[in-house]
Amino acid sequence: MDYIKAFVIGGLICVLGQILLDKTNITSSRILVLFVVAGCVLGGFGLYEKFVEFAGAGATVPLPGFGNLLAKGTMKEVDEMGLLGVLSGGFKSMAGGVSAAILFSFVAGVVFSPKEK
Amino acid sequence: MDNSEYSKRKYHQMVDRVSPRSNILVNSFKAFCSGGAICAFGQALSNFFVTQGATKENAGIFASVSLIFITILLTGLGVFSKIGKHCGAGTFVPITGFANAMASPAIEYKSEGLVLGMAAKMFTVAGPVIVYGTLTSILVGLVYYFVK
Amino acid sequence: MGKHVGEQSIKYDKPPQIIATATVVGPKEGEGPLARYFDKILPDVKIDSDTWESAESGLAKQGVELAVAKAGLNLADIQYIFAGDLLNQGIGSTYGIRSLERPYFGLFAACSTIGEAMTLGGAFVDGGFAERIVVAVSSHFCAAEKTFRFPLGMGNQRTPTSSWTVTGDGAYVIQQHDASKQSPAIVGSTAGKIVDFGIKDLTNMGAAMAPAAADTIIRHFEDFNTRPSDYDMIITGDLGHYGYELLKKLLADKGFDITGNSTDCGIEIFDKEQQDTHAGGSGPACSAITLAAYFLPKLQRGEIKRVLFVPTGALMNATSAAQGETIPCIAHAVVIESGVREKH
Repeated sequence: MDYIKAFVIGGLICVLGQILLDKTNITSSRILVLFVVAGCVLGGFGLYEKFVEFAGAGATVPLPGFGNLLAKGTMKEVDEMGLLGVLSGGFKSMAGGVSAAILFSFVAGVVFSPKEK
Repeated sequence: MDNSEYSKRKYHQMVDRVSPRSNILVNSFKAFCSGGAICAFGQALSNFFVTQGATKENAGIFASVSLIFITILLTGLGVFSKIGKHCGAGTFVPITGFANAMASPAIEYKSEGLVLGMAAKMFTVAGPVIVYGTLTSILVGLVYYFVK
Repeated sequence: MGKHVGEQSIKYDKPPQIIATATVVGPKEGEGPLARYFDKILPDVKIDSDTWESAESGLAKQGVELAVAKAGLNLADIQYIFAGDLLNQGIGSTYGIRSLERPYFGLFAACSTIGEAMTLGGAFVDGGFAERIVVAVSSHFCAAEKTFRFPLGMGNQRTPTSSWTVTGDGAYVIQQHDASKQSPAIVGSTAGKIVDFGIKDLTNMGAAMAPAAADTIIRHFEDFNTRPSDYDMIITGDLGHYGYELLKKLLADKGFDITGNSTDCGIEIFDKEQQDTHAGGSGPACSAITLAAYFLPKLQRGEIKRVLFVPTGALMNATSAAQGETIPCIAHAVVIESGVREKH
């Protein structure tokens, strides 16, 4: 059941992205930014977390999940550290994923050469 | 050619008629299947890490890191662009798109140096995501601090 | 010496002759419908280089050298090289031609550069300022993707109207008219104006360029007092399938029907279905190699007598596009006639 929920919800978020891509002039980079911001705002209202409880990876793997992570991390940090948490929470919560992406991208950049499509 | 605004407008209508559009039904179906599959796979990874003793939260992070690793490996091998061509939003909306957007310029711009080539261009797409994500999180944090 | 005719055209007095051409292409072009006409099909797109840019320079160098060799000449016999490409500040041509040590004019008119080079080079030769010149253009799919679009590893979709930049180089040796020779000759040309119909979509270049092609073609007919039927073939540069449809409609609106005797190099060079090239081929090399490999031999043999060659170019760059500017376009028309005389 977990898997079906993740598949359907995750798939639907991607379809939303595809519709924006095909029906509007919004470029793919802007769609990614839009999704992260949207996820962060929904996360701030505590709405996205309910979605995560329902769909699991279907809600956390797409980019709005990344935005939600930022909101969640910031609010937790504010609870613990007060106002300073406003600044430190976001970066702390994305540190794992972004650092991994930097590491792997660096290694890939060193190891691989560009290939024709 | 008649260069008036009227003829330009007429021409734009003509362009819309002649130029085929992306097949949104087919593209959406592909995006649904591929994006759904990636999320289901993420769920499987997450469940696996829980069985290995990770907390639910950490298992999610491990799952993301695994997806990032696989994406970047496929990008380096030149396979991801061939998959992404078909999947569209199905591969770029999940965390896989973010990882691909970092790795592909890193590989492409290596030839322009390790600092201003590879390292700088790594953030052409990922940078804006981080910048606007962080700004939004600061806003959310501020509101939360004063409202809670 | 030639003379100015009409508003934007030149009629050459002693039409400069194209005595040899060279076409060097990448593997994808070498799998296309025109494969058997090309001089040299390279096995891979890397061309013994570490970067896409130097790979394109390799193409540029090979093209010029091969054209000169096919003409039975040495580089020292070439007085000037007129060349261009799509990369920033023309580095594709410059770095390729660097080691050839010939006087060089670097040109930019995007994918219509070969038309600009033939017009200027033709005037140089007809005016007696040079006996023999080379005009050449190059493009490289990977280098162009990197310059104008995304890194190659990016998993993005291509829209149906997007085109595929041709990897290749087309080089032509042009020399002063010699009545004893039967080589095809450049008899006239019409220089294009910059035409901008407000298209911004970088994935629909054919639509951006079609009005420029129509503008130049109509001006050409007026300046030379000719009609479409005066040409065996009207060959546009890289409008692709949809841009070519738009051109036919634009011309039909003005009363010119080119349906029966025209084509577009972007359509000819790839097999749309088999090669997944969407709207067709593009890039400076697209029209240059299609004309040199496929149409010029027909002119050489006298199978066709007179063609109107109209390469088209989109003159934006990545900065102007990012700043939301529309795409200004240009088309240069060149009339090429067979040297084979009909027997009376």
